[in-house]
Amino acid sequence: MLLIHCPYCDETLPELEFAYAGEAHIERPKDPSALSDEEWRDFLFIRTNPKGTHYERWRHVHGCARYFNAARDTVSDKFLTTYRAGEARPDLDRKEAAE
Amino acid sequence: MTHFSAMSLLKNALNGHKGWREQWPDSEPKKEYDVVIVGAGAHGLGAAYYLAKEHGITNVAVIDKGWLGGGNTGRNTTIIRSNYLYDESAKMYDHALDLWEGLSQELNYNVMFSRRGVMMLAHNVHDVQSFQRHVHSNRLNGVDNRWLTPEEAKKFCPPLNISRDARYPVMGAALQMRAGTARHDAVAWGYARAAAARGVDIIQNCPVIAIRRGVDGAVEGVDTARGFIRARKVAVSAAGHTSVVMQSAGVRMPLESYPLQALVSEPVKPCFPCVVMSNAVHAYMSQSDKGELVIGSGTDQYVSYSQRGGLPLIEHTLAAICEVFPIFTRMRMLRKWGGIVDVTPDRSAIVGKTPVKGLYVNCGWGTGGFKATPGAAHTLAHTVARDEPHPINAPFTLERFTTGRLIDEAAAAAVAH
Amino acid sequence: MSTYRVSGKGRVNRGETVRFTFDGTSYEGYRGDTIASALLAHGVHLMGRSFKYHRPRGPVAAGTEEPNALVGTSRGKGRFEPNTRATAQELRRGLTVESQNKWPNLKFDVGGINDRMYMLFSAGFYYKTFMWPRSFWDRVYEPIIRAAAGLGRPPEDLDPDRYASRYLHTDLLVVGAGPAGIAAALAAARAGAEVTLMDEHAEMGGSLLSDPDVTIEGAPAWEWLATQLAELDRLGVRRMTRTTAIGYYHQNMVGLCEKLTDHLDDVPADAPRERMWRVRANRVVLAQGALEKPLVFDGNDRPGVMLAGAAQTYLNRYGVKVGDRAVIVTSHDSAYYAAFDLADAGTRIAAIVDTRDTPRDDLAQEAKRRGIDLLAGHTVTGTSGRLRVKSVRVARVSGGKVTDGRAVACDCLLMCGGWTPSLHLFSHTKGTLKFDDALQAFLPDYSAEDCHIAGAGRGLWGYEATLSDGNAAGVAAAVALGHEAQESRIEVQGDRPGTGVTHKELPTDGQPGRARAFVDFQNDVTAKDIRLAVREGMRSIEHVKRYTTNGMATDQGKMSNINGLMIASDAVGKAPPQVGLTTFRPPYTPTTFGTFAGYHRGGHFEVTRKTPIDAWAESHGAAFEPVSLWRRAWYFPKAGEDMDAAVARECAATRNSVGIFDASTLGKIEVQGPDAVEFMNRMYTNPWTKLGIGRARYGLLLGEDGFIRDDGVIGRLAQDLFHVTTTTGGAARVLTMMEDYLQTEWPDLDVWLTSTTEQWATIALNGPNARRVLEPLVEGQDMSAEAFPHMSVAECRVAGFPARLFRISFTGELGFEINVPARHGLALWEALMKSGAQYDICPYGTETMHVLRAEKGFIIVGQDTDGTVTPGDANLSWAVGKKKPDFVGMRSLARPDLVAPGRKQLVGLMTGDGKVKLEEGAQIVADPNQPKPMKMLGHVTSSYYSAALGRHFAMALIEGGHEMEGREVYVPMPDGNHAAKITTTAFYDPEGERLKV
Repeated sequence: MLLIHCPYCDETLPELEFAYAGEAHIERPKDPSALSDEEWRDFLFIRTNPKGTHYERWRHVHGCARYFNAARDTVSDKFLTTYRAGEARPDLDRKEAAE
Repeated sequence: MTHFSAMSLLKNALNGHKGWREQWPDSEPKKEYDVVIVGAGAHGLGAAYYLAKEHGITNVAVIDKGWLGGGNTGRNTTIIRSNYLYDESAKMYDHALDLWEGLSQELNYNVMFSRRGVMMLAHNVHDVQSFQRHVHSNRLNGVDNRWLTPEEAKKFCPPLNISRDARYPVMGAALQMRAGTARHDAVAWGYARAAAARGVDIIQNCPVIAIRRGVDGAVEGVDTARGFIRARKVAVSAAGHTSVVMQSAGVRMPLESYPLQALVSEPVKPCFPCVVMSNAVHAYMSQSDKGELVIGSGTDQYVSYSQRGGLPLIEHTLAAICEVFPIFTRMRMLRKWGGIVDVTPDRSAIVGKTPVKGLYVNCGWGTGGFKATPGAAHTLAHTVARDEPHPINAPFTLERFTTGRLIDEAAAAAVAH
Repeated sequence: MSTYRVSGKGRVNRGETVRFTFDGTSYEGYRGDTIASALLAHGVHLMGRSFKYHRPRGPVAAGTEEPNALVGTSRGKGRFEPNTRATAQELRRGLTVESQNKWPNLKFDVGGINDRMYMLFSAGFYYKTFMWPRSFWDRVYEPIIRAAAGLGRPPEDLDPDRYASRYLHTDLLVVGAGPAGIAAALAAARAGAEVTLMDEHAEMGGSLLSDPDVTIEGAPAWEWLATQLAELDRLGVRRMTRTTAIGYYHQNMVGLCEKLTDHLDDVPADAPRERMWRVRANRVVLAQGALEKPLVFDGNDRPGVMLAGAAQTYLNRYGVKVGDRAVIVTSHDSAYYAAFDLADAGTRIAAIVDTRDTPRDDLAQEAKRRGIDLLAGHTVTGTSGRLRVKSVRVARVSGGKVTDGRAVACDCLLMCGGWTPSLHLFSHTKGTLKFDDALQAFLPDYSAEDCHIAGAGRGLWGYEATLSDGNAAGVAAAVALGHEAQESRIEVQGDRPGTGVTHKELPTDGQPGRARAFVDFQNDVTAKDIRLAVREGMRSIEHVKRYTTNGMATDQGKMSNINGLMIASDAVGKAPPQVGLTTFRPPYTPTTFGTFAGYHRGGHFEVTRKTPIDAWAESHGAAFEPVSLWRRAWYFPKAGEDMDAAVARECAATRNSVGIFDASTLGKIEVQGPDAVEFMNRMYTNPWTKLGIGRARYGLLLGEDGFIRDDGVIGRLAQDLFHVTTTTGGAARVLTMMEDYLQTEWPDLDVWLTSTTEQWATIALNGPNARRVLEPLVEGQDMSAEAFPHMSVAECRVAGFPARLFRISFTGELGFEINVPARHGLALWEALMKSGAQYDICPYGTETMHVLRAEKGFIIVGQDTDGTVTPGDANLSWAVGKKKPDFVGMRSLARPDLVAPGRKQLVGLMTGDGKVKLEEGAQIVADPNQPKPMKMLGHVTSSYYSAALGRHFAMALIEGGHEMEGREVYVPMPDGNHAAKITTTAFYDPEGERLKV
């Protein structure tokens, strides 16, 4: 069971309080009607599924109920960082250097 | 290939088993093949076998980053059934089941396909409606599947709890008698041995770094840890790792990889005569030839390649087993393990061509890949050899995610009212 | 009389005898004995039969790693369990023990015939045969194989015991309370850390319990041990015994299984049998010690052959000598100490056979002093004896030649092939191991978690080394936790240090092909099997393991993995790490299903959600059905009624007068805020802008893929407030979906979402008399048709309770849904029942609700849709706002397949005379006489008897159904083909006249 830091509550809590919500930074197109079928498919279904750093969404469903983003290594399952929804993808190299 | 039989066993027993030769050579890669298959699981090895046997294409290599059969082939709960809801699925899995039935003889390798019957339990009115739909659809498809009352289900599987007071009472069950289990490793080894006998190279411990494409966009071969291997046709059958391999060819996939756990108990004398699946309670169990209770767990909620899996899921799985089979609380879990399953948005597989010329893919089997093994392998081989899908895998295209023609077995089980 | 009990030895309580039975014979042991130690005290070694060859076996170890001495234990009905380790189960009064895998009895077992035919049963033999004739596999071969397999007999009765679970948060968890673990716990606790120390055994002390003669910090071992444990208690360290660390999970979560009652004479009332601890530790020290390896030689499995360390444990811990005349065979110094202890306790040591050429000087001296024959540079090439070892054949090894073989008589053979660091838990973390060439063992390398490994687990040997290492690990953990601490060396006198070498199978002068040299005792895997697997092309240890089943027995390779690897790597011709090490998998020791299930059994498996009116329904004889987590009243049978009769009556009563229905399980979400209407427009297919305050509308929700996900009536209570209802099963999903869009896609919208499902009790009143029942109870709302027309909503008071009152209908009759705060739900229900008495108000359940809605062609999401149905398919295009620029799922509705002809569409289906009830789920074809596989057009989604229509009717999803009205189709059933005509789905009152009141 993972331990997850909620960037809103600023607490590290067990996975049971959270719900995974899929890949992050996939924004719903502003005007879906303008998209081709292929572009719409990419939005709906195509996922990065990387072996390594994965940007993903979690919801602190049994806490503050907020959605937030996380960068996690899918090989070790270790969280690299979590950050609030709407914030840009963090520069992990710089973050590592600062630590 | 030494023919396996009771006679050859006896003969070798008398000379101290000195006469057995290796079942497949651990090959070094050649410079060029007609077809390279990425992933030496039973699907990939099977495809190589059918390419050689049915299409006469023997200049084939199956390449794996580890040992053959070391992925999901050797990590599943070995359930084989074909009682799926949609025609497309039922046909694919039934095709596989037809091949399963003769596989030991076909490969001259006892894969121990055990027709124990697979019983799916209905725990609410919606389950009853949904499984009845399965039963009727299967019947008209010529797929065996019949409806049992709770009492009939109990008679078929005595450890089952059919008390009306259960948290999720059993309201009936759908039984497919032709379904069952098989010995998973034997399937990989049997295909490997039979494919190797027909000239296929099995190249282990050779990670594929990238699929190389030429200026015209078509496949040229694969870059591996042991250098470039030329091939005009490449079929990717890499289960949980498919996204990563396909990405190297510039093809992004509608796939996510999740950890899936399974476990076995200590062995006991025969006490569980069939396979039972309870989707509502999340309990899946059978008993192996060795006497171990084999139990499937669920997937963790997050994408992962760690093969680790958490404790809460195992706790829930065994609570579910104890709910459906309460006499087993004192049985002990012997070991649990994890695999990585690749899941598509509609929970059905992708077997077919890709937008890249010469590149084929077989993936997205989720938790159901083992049962499909001969069917997936057979239709993949057809698709690669003819450059067009077999009618059975034709609906399982990558295209369907663009057109919307999904084969949504999971959504079909969704309940609301 | 227990002839093998040694006076003055052991830690068992000689003041308290405990009787038990083994295969029907009564025995006596002492409190503190295990089954194995008590039987050994009576000279009984034979305790089991092996899996494949049914060879007689006795205990080889003295702990949970035991592969041979597995027994069935019982303490009464429901409390039988198979495969209990006799070496770990403590004696308790009345314990019934039975041996396993034998017939008719342990001494004479017919299955032993397999042993005669062992040449046939080589590794993987079953892959090569049983294929002909094909039909024999199902009927003959497989049943025989299965009947022969399995060890113990399965449990047959319900288990009366309970199981528990708890969470524990601790600064430092120390796994293993041997010398290293105790030193670590003490160092950390002294530095101020909060520490938990646990051990699998009944007592803490680990190897010290088997080595009383060493002196630590000036005190004899057991005295030192008592002092340390007392200090741990004083420092407040949580100490847990009979507790196994079963698995090491992400971020320092460790699962522990604590056995609470298996050692007690009587099971206390209400005490859980076992408890799962989910421990989250800031740091972990793994001090699991090392496991002694057997040596691999012909006949190394006979009863009486056991590990030297085990014999030492039986002597020192239990006061039992395992024989009168022992031969020791070893490749490690540790076995000398076992030999010395046994010799000093009166066992004649016939010889110490050391596979190494030059034994350590001091050990050789000690052996000589005791008059023990020391045979250095020797090997064991075989043993004799059927149910107990009688003699050992020893031989000299020089220059690779085995010579001068001779038999040495003995009644026990104690072997030691060195020690394997126990790194199972470390391995669970995906920490990596590296092979140490000097030690010929895998040691921890990269650690993926915040853990330290101490003592023999990282290859150290001797008490001073392991104690000091434990201290260092404890200090390191304390420092990592922010405490100050200094390492200190722990002095030991009379230490028992040692080194050794690792072997493949021992050399022999016999025919290697004939040797029965066991590697995995329980699974009967021999060295020969492993070599055969390699010869057949199995070149990785994973393949060898799977092909031979080496390491797959109930000890999970604790005895066999390294020996198997040594032999395989020799056969492959590569160094061991290149052949690989199989992964260790949880649990460390097999753990009962009950422990994992914990409290989640029976009614606590999952919560049952009940409405405020549930108790009324129960007391009025309702039948219930489970719907998602809820239980809902299904129908209310009167005396003598079956479900069909009850439902027909409930339907008629509702259509003719008035029915009352508990709709409290419907999901309810409050959508509130200045942008509420815009949010609704984006989420639902319908347009919401023009919906007036006080009005309600049917809302349809799609997934982004364009398929129907949920539906429900939505009322507008204010400019900025919508009362949304969802399906019962969909409530949580819909709220999650709404929150997702609101928080992440449209954070610009000023909207609040609140789940109010459990805040409101909802009661539906339907029927021509509904208004007459309700009106007298309503305050603050004009109930006339003009003032409160169909699809209205108002806030008012009903029966004196604040209410949200809807005039809506899921039945086609005049209908109301009254929401009151949940605590008033039952009172409102009773008030309505009272008010309705004069109209014979009829409570109805979900089945009648389904029939009545189906008569009107209203869908149930999930029953009449299946996740691939669009609004158009379900005749709901009218609910899709045509002028809206966007809503969830809109773009997908334009995808090629969603606009293509031939989609499955919802239609009505009528069989000719209405007497036939089509089965829900039945398939529909155009031509019933076609061969299988048939071309199916679709299936029946809903099918009921309609009291109002006086006939059966159905709904179905049929390919191109909307163009097929009036056409005849067929439903082929086992009992014949049913013809049916395709109709619209408006079966009853198609003009909606009954609402116009």
